[in-house]
Amino acid sequence: MRHLLSTGDLSRDEALLVLDTAAELAQVSGRSVKKLPTLRGRTVVNLFYEDSTRTRTSFELAAKRLSADVVNFSAKGSSVSKGESLKDTALTLQAMGADGVVVRHSASGAAHRLAEWVDGAVLNAGDGTHEHPTQALLDVFTMRERLGRLDGLRVAIVGDVLHSRVARSNVLLLHTLGAEVTLVAPPTLVPVSVHTWPCAVSYDLDAVLPKSDVVMLLRVQAERMHDAFFPTAREYSRRYGLDRERFARMQDDAIVMHPGPMVRGMEISAEVADSARTTVNEQVANGVSVRMAVLYLLLGGS
Amino acid sequence: MCAQSRAESDAGASPPDSAESAERVPVPARTVLDGPEIQRALTRIAHEILERTKGGSDITLLGIPSRGVPLARRLAERLERVEGGAVPCGSLDITMYRDDLRLAPARALGRTEIPPEGVDGRLVVLVDDVLFSGRTVRAALDALNDIGRPRAVQLAILVDRGHRELPVRADYVGKNLPTSLRETVTVQLAESDGADAVLLGPAKPRPGEEEG
Repeated sequence: MRHLLSTGDLSRDEALLVLDTAAELAQVSGRSVKKLPTLRGRTVVNLFYEDSTRTRTSFELAAKRLSADVVNFSAKGSSVSKGESLKDTALTLQAMGADGVVVRHSASGAAHRLAEWVDGAVLNAGDGTHEHPTQALLDVFTMRERLGRLDGLRVAIVGDVLHSRVARSNVLLLHTLGAEVTLVAPPTLVPVSVHTWPCAVSYDLDAVLPKSDVVMLLRVQAERMHDAFFPTAREYSRRYGLDRERFARMQDDAIVMHPGPMVRGMEISAEVADSARTTVNEQVANGVSVRMAVLYLLLGGS
Repeated sequence: MCAQSRAESDAGASPPDSAESAERVPVPARTVLDGPEIQRALTRIAHEILERTKGGSDITLLGIPSRGVPLARRLAERLERVEGGAVPCGSLDITMYRDDLRLAPARALGRTEIPPEGVDGRLVVLVDDVLFSGRTVRAALDALNDIGRPRAVQLAILVDRGHRELPVRADYVGKNLPTSLRETVTVQLAESDGADAVLLGPAKPRPGEEEG
């Protein structure tokens, strides 16, 4: 494994190695000295063409806990706004000796292109509507922590699948690890190519809810909605939002996940969002451990 | 992580000798310590620990994965049998602290389990199977430093094979075993390998290094 571009590239063993490594590294977060000398002298560049405080901070913290030097590079106010291409930016980073590049870009496939141009490891931190592999890894890590298994787990992914890189990465990874995934969304928010994905599709949340061990809500990505995909937020909320009544119909030990940021009142009611069975904040904490694991496995060896 | 992998990396560092490597193939591994001898050595180390620490009530044993962990557990059992009190026992993974991480692909991590008592103010006895270059022990001291501040740290080892590269000395040694750099020391334990034995064998050629 040289880069982490897609969860589809991960074999079952590789994915489990990341999860096991993350489980060990999670201990570091509980210590008074939250630092390991492993990546001392290595440089990690956070190359963010899209705003994402959460993911960028998580990667930055992960790299710093492994003693790497971190450079944050955001497109705003940099030479990108002067018209520099992705390739030239990549070559500049290369010349500066970056060992790892964490890239977030609004174009699907940007991370793949970048991997062709730089020698260091490329970590995809979200490319357009394509993939967000570390998010899927941290989701799966959280499921394993909470429910103790992944094999045979029934996962419902609910909401804006069309614009979601999280959904695609999760479907591929969960399939590799033996879980059954059902996508639940309005027909207008299901991608055309969904029949090629290793999962089932349903338009009816109430039918899927009682037989799911995990309900993963997706954010309705208003910034990517340049068309009318559903009539009103109210209607979306009524058919696909997770409110108290729906929450009560879930299995007793089922958990609710959300990649954040949550739109309370639309995708999820405030009551459900604050429930002990909702893992949003755990997911954030696990994100640091999982990103440490990925950085270690990509940059720690020769 | 244990003796074998270290021996391999060292075998690569020593100049290849084609005449020797051709004849070292048929030499089988020789047992230098069998099961009962290992048991006796551990019992002796347990008594030495109690003697030196005056029945130490604040001992914590930390095994270094992988083979050091079952050894630490066995020592803890013996200490408990003799002294009666419970002896905290855990494991300390040193992978993230190694100085040769960049020489090989990333390794899988072992488990770090610090007993609930912690290490602050306690007498920590590090336990490993083979003492060789001393680099593992250096890494373990670094790792321990990030976890807390023990009152003192001692080192218990089943086999000391020599060839130190750092100023490190064991406090308790099961057996001193003078070796050549062209030999490997392999420790087998019932917990992981089915039976107890210490084997002395020829160094395995590294992958990619063809024999002449």
